[in-house]
Amino acid sequence: MTRDEITAGLAEILEEVAGVNPDDVAEGKSFTDDLDVDSLSMVEVVVAAEEKFGVKIPDNEVQNLKTVGDAVSYIEAQS
Amino acid sequence: MSRPDVVVTGLGATTPLGGDVASTWDAMLAGRSGVSALTQEWAAQLPVRIAAQLAVDPSEVLDRVKLRRLDRSEAIALIAAQQAWADAGLADSGLDPERLAVSVGSGIGGATTLLAQDDILEASGPRRVSPHTVPMLMPNGPAAWVGLELGAKAGVHSVASACATGAEAIALGLDIIRAGRADVVVAGGTEAVIHPLPIAGFASMRAMSTRNDEPEKASRPWDKGRDGFVLGEGAGVVVLERAEHAAARGARVYARLAGAGITSDAYDIVQPHAEGEGAIRAIARAVADSGVAKTDIVHVNAHATSTPVGDMLEIGALRKALGDHPVLSATKSMTGHLLGAAGALESIATILAIRDGVIPPTINLDDPDEGLTLDVAAHKSRHLEIPAALNNAFGFGGHNVALVFTRA
Repeated sequence: MTRDEITAGLAEILEEVAGVNPDDVAEGKSFTDDLDVDSLSMVEVVVAAEEKFGVKIPDNEVQNLKTVGDAVSYIEAQS
Repeated sequence: MSRPDVVVTGLGATTPLGGDVASTWDAMLAGRSGVSALTQEWAAQLPVRIAAQLAVDPSEVLDRVKLRRLDRSEAIALIAAQQAWADAGLADSGLDPERLAVSVGSGIGGATTLLAQDDILEASGPRRVSPHTVPMLMPNGPAAWVGLELGAKAGVHSVASACATGAEAIALGLDIIRAGRADVVVAGGTEAVIHPLPIAGFASMRAMSTRNDEPEKASRPWDKGRDGFVLGEGAGVVVLERAEHAAARGARVYARLAGAGITSDAYDIVQPHAEGEGAIRAIARAVADSGVAKTDIVHVNAHATSTPVGDMLEIGALRKALGDHPVLSATKSMTGHLLGAAGALESIATILAIRDGVIPPTINLDDPDEGLTLDVAAHKSRHLEIPAALNNAFGFGGHNVALVFTRA
């Protein structure tokens, strides 16, 4: 799966869970500061991403995933 | 220091009869039933397959993402509160948030969230349980969301007294303003538990009507053929305001909340006191608190849920505490029983009856019980000058609440 494909998959999840416009989702965007994803919604995003991409994202990793790009890199490395 | 007067300056509701107050009131005056057959697959196995479901689903009003984090009871409380807030004209009034409180309760709370998340837990494991579960099922959730939405900083309160909740929440709002802790209180009740488990629980108590073949005729307070209540869902919210505060901003005033009476039976966990002793005291306290002459209270929106025992006990209590002059209405004949929202919705009906000089009908009263010895506006609404009116709400646990409203 390419980085763009992972980004698109995350955009789908973000729209479903937090109402984020898919056009706003890009690797440089911060989940909290740019996309207004709060901590409870972030939990939902992580669980949905695990399911979608078949990866495990432990809670202690989540705090390192500040931007969409961080998440894409993590998912890319795991899958 | 004299006690401040409290008035009602805003109304909001979403009910089985309509998505707002105006449509609900129109339907009430027209004598329409909001009860229908439950067509959901899960209903087939239940002894009770009827309910009064919302006329307008919350998904038609609130956006999808917001609804993901709201229990249905929270969503409709928010909708009713937003309506009441807009109706009161408080949105851009410059009201100090520290003078704004919320008192919104629920009889049962977020039961449908609890049950749905338990299904997920069983089927998919703990990691799949929504992180919104706790704020969705907590009983203070509806009040907290309303407070958050309106920016209320004088305290957010959630009364829980079963089917008396909505009325008691309004009584608490009256106390808060009288005590000087707020100038405005957004008060009411909400309930949304049309789900097989609560229905099965009430049905096991033999408390519900099983007139499944005639949904619109199932809720029939005081009628000889009554066989239990019909579960309804909805929310009702009123804006209570210190009278001087309302006058200073030139607010439109619907009615005055003149007094409240709250008692408890200390008798049985579900049965009302055999002589209606607690209800009599609640009505008497409300009348005394209001300072209104009994003879001016010419209309009562009764609790009357369509159960064999409760309906008649209330008649006896009203005769003892008020006399034989008031004209009654049981609007649950149309809305079903909204449990924790009932006292709030019925307060709204009481307020509008005063404003419009019209008593809403009690439908399905075809063959009145011999014990019905007070006048009821049966089948059709009735025009009458109403200087003051009373609303009763009683709940499992032995809660009795009576509210007295008067013309503004």
